[in-house]
Amino acid sequence: MQVEKTQEFRPKIVAFCCNWCSYAGADLAGSSRLAYPADVKIIRVPCSCRVNPMFILRAFQRGADGVILCGCHPGDCHYTTGNYYARRRMTLLFSMLDYLGVENGRTRVEWVSAAEGVKFSTTMNEFVAKIHSLGENVRLGDLRCKKD
Amino acid sequence: MQRIGVFVCHCGTNIAATVDVARVVEAAAKEPGVVHAEDYQYMCSEAGQLKIREAIKEKNLTGIVVCSCSPRMHENTFRQAAERAGINPYMVEIANIREHCSWIHKDIEEATEKAVILARAAIAKVTLNAPLQSGTSRVVKRALVIGGGIAGIQTALDIADAGYEVDIVEKTPSIGGRMSQLDKTFPTLDCSACILTPKMVEAAAHEKITIYTYSEVEKVSGFVGDFQVDIRKKARSVDMSKCTGCGVCQEKCPSKKTPNEFNRGLNTRSAIYTPFAQAIPNVPVIDRENCIKFKTGKCGVCSKVCQAGAIDYEQKDEIVTQNYGAIVVATGFDTIKLDKFDEYSYSTSPDVITSLELERIMNAAGPTKGHLERMSDHKPPKSMVFIQCVGSRCADKRGKSYCSKICCMYTAKHAMLIRDKYPGVEVTVFYIDVRTPGKNFDEFYRRAVEEYGVNYIKGQVGKVAEKGDKLLVQGVDLIDNKRILMETDMVVLATAIEPNPDVRKIATMLTASIDTNNFLTESHAKLRPVESPTAGIFLSGVCQGPKDIPETVAQAGAAAVKVVGLLAKDHLVTNPCVAKSDELLCNGCSSCEKVCPYGAISYEEREVNDHGIRETRRVANVNSALCQGCGACTVACPSGAMDLQGFSNRQILAEVDAICK
Repeated sequence: MQVEKTQEFRPKIVAFCCNWCSYAGADLAGSSRLAYPADVKIIRVPCSCRVNPMFILRAFQRGADGVILCGCHPGDCHYTTGNYYARRRMTLLFSMLDYLGVENGRTRVEWVSAAEGVKFSTTMNEFVAKIHSLGENVRLGDLRCKKD
Repeated sequence: MQRIGVFVCHCGTNIAATVDVARVVEAAAKEPGVVHAEDYQYMCSEAGQLKIREAIKEKNLTGIVVCSCSPRMHENTFRQAAERAGINPYMVEIANIREHCSWIHKDIEEATEKAVILARAAIAKVTLNAPLQSGTSRVVKRALVIGGGIAGIQTALDIADAGYEVDIVEKTPSIGGRMSQLDKTFPTLDCSACILTPKMVEAAAHEKITIYTYSEVEKVSGFVGDFQVDIRKKARSVDMSKCTGCGVCQEKCPSKKTPNEFNRGLNTRSAIYTPFAQAIPNVPVIDRENCIKFKTGKCGVCSKVCQAGAIDYEQKDEIVTQNYGAIVVATGFDTIKLDKFDEYSYSTSPDVITSLELERIMNAAGPTKGHLERMSDHKPPKSMVFIQCVGSRCADKRGKSYCSKICCMYTAKHAMLIRDKYPGVEVTVFYIDVRTPGKNFDEFYRRAVEEYGVNYIKGQVGKVAEKGDKLLVQGVDLIDNKRILMETDMVVLATAIEPNPDVRKIATMLTASIDTNNFLTESHAKLRPVESPTAGIFLSGVCQGPKDIPETVAQAGAAAVKVVGLLAKDHLVTNPCVAKSDELLCNGCSSCEKVCPYGAISYEEREVNDHGIRETRRVANVNSALCQGCGACTVACPSGAMDLQGFSNRQILAEVDAICK
């Protein structure tokens, strides 16, 4: 899927990737030259369960237009159960964010294994396209932290 | 105040072709805390590392950021370089501007902009890094090999010969695996049993090797150097210490209608059985599902005829618990089920068989005593058709996308052996490509064509239909561009291979990565091909990807060397990126303890000094030898006391801020 570029809107997208599966999947997408938009910036975490909902709130407050969390497939977590914790936490967080006006499309959880470079790239292309369709994240603008 | 140095790698043109490296250096130099920024062609080279070491010393750097390839590639390299220059190795951060930037973006402007942001995030993080000290953990000098085929046997022998104890766990009643079912092996036509059984005997006799057959790994805990494993020894119903292996019980057993798994269901076996004559151990098991005694309570013939009194109907499963320093997965493969390939009439015609079934038919110990015959009427065939790539290189979901690798060669072998032994049998092979990349492989295939007159047709078969007692094969010849309709007596399907179905369960227990085809993932496709990304787990044989016997044996030896390298260590250096609790913030709620998968968190009554007030409080205590650093506890902690060193809340938030700036 190709994302149509618009002059005025370059979304800021944060992708949290677990070290063992998704970060490696992103590496594989890279070494296989599977393109996705440069709007996606990856933060490496040891496990998807390391991602505190606070990190995601902070991203939106600082002006992120979308946040995606990628981890190992259910059952394949390097730490056995980390992605199950992440899944439950994100379910709660995303419903709360939706209630606050940060649409569900701006948040996503995806399981990407170390062997799934193609899936990583496809997921990022889809996600960026979705954020383009939603436009800039203005809902948390009032809460946006000013640089101190 | 931190003094940060930033080093931007060109990686030849891998990065520099799409990222304006000079602009990244310029932007990085302006970030707060950065006192040095430079670029170089290859930062990972000795010259590049020297630049880093010199800058650390000259500029008195406290932390460095290397903008280069993935940290999964060279994080350790740069940590070591930092350590050599006298700073703590954990004062290093990597900005991945290759895999996550230059390799996936084409627009130089966009890629450079992104590289600047990634560098900024890494700088923001490293500013908050603190020196970390690694601890040590013990190495149990014993290895576990899961799977007793040629891969597992070879790995176990090589580890044992190096002087370490090895246990082999094999699910079936005997070691030997897939190779024991084969008749001859390409490209030299060695008899499979003749080269395998001596190795089986050697493994069984080796003083350092313990073999658990009819056993399965039930539970795995722990980590590299010290895994704790529960092995379930399924009840054999035969006392191994008493049985002499005479075989009378198998002869006299009145229940003889169970499909013989070893012969791929082409004939039947008794309820008490050893899978094949050279089985190791040569002790039968009672298949309780098919045993009359277990089903009805009446029978007991085997017990009556056993002179050694070895039959024990009361035997129960037994759990053996053992600690291991390393675990090797050698779970092998099976052929795929053909229920989605109805066009070949496999399920309806007994004369359509798989190559592995043909292997059993050709084997002197097989269901036909080695005589080539049709399974329907037991008549010798006059013509045979081999169909290649059944389920391999399959574009749709019915089969596998990959090449099974061994089929071209074993089909050439089958064709050659049949033409040699039965020169009157016409042999035709339908193929997509003939793939023979291996020592003496192409020569072998050419002999099949040139010396033995095997008829190779490039093209696929669309349908096999039964027509009287014959089979009608409809295919195409792509070279002559014509349709082919031929009658034949037997059809052999080169069925795709897939990892043993149990491997997913085992991978989950070991927390080892697995790919979409259920092959175990290696740590690096080129440089670490026998190691799983999970430390202490090694891969041997087809569980990692399709391969033939020579490759399997080579990989088994490679895995053994890696295991020996691990077991030879006195101790292991532990990852210092573990959780740590702030005793002043901890309220003793136990939330962290509940989510910890390693039982690394305990609670203790401790005297704390809270701003001058001394009191005894119940606080969390992390055992850093057990903690693996997942961070689950940090999020569960409601008071913010628990944090993860190396990936602290402040560090990750700093990255978020830098990216969203």
